[in-house]
This record gives sequence, C-alpha cells and structure tokens, in this order.
Amino acid sequence: MSESVKTEDLGQWIRVFARLVAENKDVLTDLDAAIGDGDHGANMDRGLRAAVAALEEAKPATASSLFNKIGMTLVSTVGGASGPLFGTLFLRFGASLSDTDDVTMAHFTAALRAGLEGVVARGKAEAGDKTMYDALAPAVDALESAMSQETAKAEALQQALVAAESGRDATTPMLARKGRASYLGERSVGHQDPGATTVALLLAAATEVPL
Amino acid sequence: MKKLINDPQNIVAEALRGIEAAHSELRVDHEHKIIYRGEPQPGKVGIISGGGSGHEPLHGGFVGLGMLDAACAGEVFTSPVPDQMLAATKLVDGGAGVLHVVKNYTGDVMNFEMAAELAAAESGAQVLSVVTDDDVAVQDSTWTAGRRGVGVTVLLEKIAGAAAEQGRSLEQVAELAHKVNANGRSMGVALTSCTVPAAGKPTFDLGEDEMELGVGIHGEPGRQRVPLATAREIAELVLEAVLTDLPFTRGDQVLAFVNGLGGTPLLELYVMYHEVDKILSAHGVQVVRSLVGSYVTSLDMAGTSVTLLKLDDELLPLWDAPVRTPALRWGS
Repeated sequence: MSESVKTEDLGQWIRVFARLVAENKDVLTDLDAAIGDGDHGANMDRGLRAAVAALEEAKPATASSLFNKIGMTLVSTVGGASGPLFGTLFLRFGASLSDTDDVTMAHFTAALRAGLEGVVARGKAEAGDKTMYDALAPAVDALESAMSQETAKAEALQQALVAAESGRDATTPMLARKGRASYLGERSVGHQDPGATTVALLLAAATEVPL
Repeated sequence: MKKLINDPQNIVAEALRGIEAAHSELRVDHEHKIIYRGEPQPGKVGIISGGGSGHEPLHGGFVGLGMLDAACAGEVFTSPVPDQMLAATKLVDGGAGVLHVVKNYTGDVMNFEMAAELAAAESGAQVLSVVTDDDVAVQDSTWTAGRRGVGVTVLLEKIAGAAAEQGRSLEQVAELAHKVNANGRSMGVALTSCTVPAAGKPTFDLGEDEMELGVGIHGEPGRQRVPLATAREIAELVLEAVLTDLPFTRGDQVLAFVNGLGGTPLLELYVMYHEVDKILSAHGVQVVRSLVGSYVTSLDMAGTSVTLLKLDDELLPLWDAPVRTPALRWGS
C-alpha cells in the first residue's frame, strides 16, 4: 500500500476517464434528457477532451498541478452545473496533494475525500438527493475502509468501483432534490442520475490504470 | 424546425456579431461572449448579469446607461462559465465594486459563485451577488433547487442600475436589489413548447388543447397541465397564484409586467394586460407603472408570464430614472 503513484499514471487515469465518458456520451445524454436538459454527455465529453489536450500541452510535473489544470479546464469548458462540480472535485483533489510527487494510496484516498467535500460545499447536496454525491460518497467510504484494513491497492480500487456503481444504481428510485431534475418531483423517480453515472466511470477508470 | 439561422452551433456567436453591428454604443468581447458598455466609470458600482442564451433581450439587451454594465452570454439555455463573469467583472470594475445579478438556476448560481471567488483572488475586486427567485410556480422550495429567477430580474436590473448611476455604494445597491427581489413575484404559462436549435425538436410535448401552467423559461414543468383557456381565465389562474403568494393586498401600489415568452404577439399580450389590469382593480391593487412586451423569453415558446412588483417611494423614482439600452429606453 505504501508505494507511490507516478504523476503520469494519474494523468493516465484521467485519459481513461475521458475515453469512458466519450464511449458513454450518448448514454449520459439520454439519462440527462429524461430528467434534465439532455446535455450532460456532450458537455462532459467536450470538457474532458479539453482537459486531456491541456495536459498534453502543459505536461504538469506534479500531481497537484496536474489536477489543478484538469479542474480549471473543466470549470472553463463544461458549463452548466457539471462544470463547477466536477471542476471543484479535481481542484480540491489537487490541492490536497500539495505538490507531493510521492502520492500514496493514503494520499489518493484523502484527496478523493477532499474532492467530495468540495462537491458538497459547491452543490450543497446530501445523501439521497439523487446526485453525483450518491456515487462518490460510497466510493470514498469504501476506499477509506479498505485503507484501514490494509487491503491491496487493486482490490481497494475495485471495492470503490463496486460502491460507486451500487450508489449509482440506488439513484434510480430516488426523488431528485437538487438541480433541474428537482422540478420534476415524483416524475424524477425511476431514472438513473447522470452525474452519479459519470462518477462510476471515474472509479472504473481508476481500476484500469496502474495507480 | 424552421429557424432563421445559419448553423445551430454558431447561433450565439453570430447573434453577438449582430448586436455589435446594430448597437455601436455597445462593445462586444467575442472571446468571452460579453456585451459591455465600454470603459468603467470611476466610482460607479458596476452591475453585471448573464445566463444561458435564448431569453433575449435578457440580458444583453439591457446593457447601457441606467441598467447593466455587462452581460455574459452562455450557450442556449446553458449557464456561462466563470471565466466569462470574471472577465466581465474586471471590465466593469471602476473601483466601487461589482454586483452580480444571478437567476436562481443551479448552474448559474455555481458558475457565478466561482467567478466571484476568482475575482476576489485575482483582481481584488469587491463582488456582491443577488440571486433572483420570483417564480411562484415552484411551491416546494425546500426539497427542490428552489424558486427560479424570471421576470423580476429585468425590473431589478433596471432599478439597481439606476441606483448605481446615482453613485450609491455597492452595499446600498445590493441591499436595494434584494429588496426588489423580495417584493416581486411571477408566474408563467406556456401555450407551446420552445425548440432549442441544437436539439431541433420541441423540448416538451403539449397538445393543441393544453397549456402548461407555471412553466419555466427553459421549458421546466410547471404546477399542472390544464385545458387551454381564454386570456381572461389564464389571467385569473396566474394572478391567483401571484397575488396570494407575497401577498399583494388592497391598497398596494404595484408595477404590473406582462411578459411574452417569445412566440406570442404583442396584440395578445395587450389582451392579457387588459385582463390583468381588471383583476388587480377588483382586488384594490393599484397599478402605478406597467411594462408590456417580450423581455424574458424562452426562444420561440408561445405564452406569457405576469410579474407584480410592489413599489414604494424609493423604488418608483428609480424605475422612472433615465435608461438607454437596446430593449428599454426612456428619459433624457
């Protein structure tokens, strides 16, 4: 658990995330069309393409500057609510790593917790509101639990993914209480939340790269 | 879809070119999609607003003397990003601080918040914000994103703009803006859906014999879908909701604003205004000022919204103060 993660591997995590979002663009857009305004897939795809391009150009040397670049790019290019929310997630993630090149799984877990706290501060969402929080919070909990039990890295990330996917699936019967979907009231029930779906892709990407 | 466009992807950028060509007194920052007045006036509070496009003349049509200093245009029905509001804040800051006028939509609120944080960190500009949330159609404000900002936004931009022009401080202008929001209420009704150019098809289905009571300006669902009714009946339904909410009571002096949602002719808006005026008279509510026209639109949606704003001795002269913008102009 103690060996550190290279900055380039963290960058690869985001590249895989961008690829998964691109592959699932239409799925995300259809989910959003049902309870939102139908642009989540296109907006996240556009933002992540820009973030990957920014990484190619800037080649950030530290994990902190890498995630700062990703966060700022998402804030500037995604728009809507997803831009500030996913942007804040990565900005806080990066700030938590504060220019260390020696990113361990403990750092990674703490950074994801910081990212979650940023999302809560920005979006004021709570558990059960049918938002990205409902996938991200269980994933962070699972990582922390795995850390405390000294679970192997790959297994810890796998458990975080399972938790995120369960959280994502649990949004389907929820009544939306945040964002545009909240205006639908009862009509939001029965639809999976697009933001939670994107978070599950972020955790899926983490299991595909050598973190 | 029949629209007067070249390419749905360029609609906002091309409209900004048109605004620049038509209104030589205004300037346009095409990179950041900002319409602005020009050099900031030293000592005057700057006022900026912005939001998704598709609600014109809101907000760009209200840039000029006595109203906004800058307006940020997002993509159609999509909030502008913080970079835009940050750039606009810097453009209009004459040293007296900048007021952000934000309509209560999740994306708008978050993007403006981030812009205010960046402005404080980068340029030291003092920023205060006011969020408008006058749409009474949203009854459950606790477990939703809250009431939406609609018609009151125009009235607030006018009144706060006049106060800033008088040289009032940022705190005073912000306090006044909050007062306008607190004293105004609105509700709308859709007769047809709007069609977002990039989507190419109507946002929601509405039968020939139906209307959406309490619709939002992006086609958000309203209170209920009801059978199509006459202007008289629609005015009664809308005013019932608006009057009882604040409430507005006998003896109150109000500004009555009948707004078109984009696809309804002015002729019909005056039919609506006549009904609104009669109902207000019957309730003993005194209409001292009026505004009739399409000012907060939802692309090509047919329908109307009614906004009432309680006026007092402070607000009335500010409403009457000179204004010179593409969409509102009076006084000298």
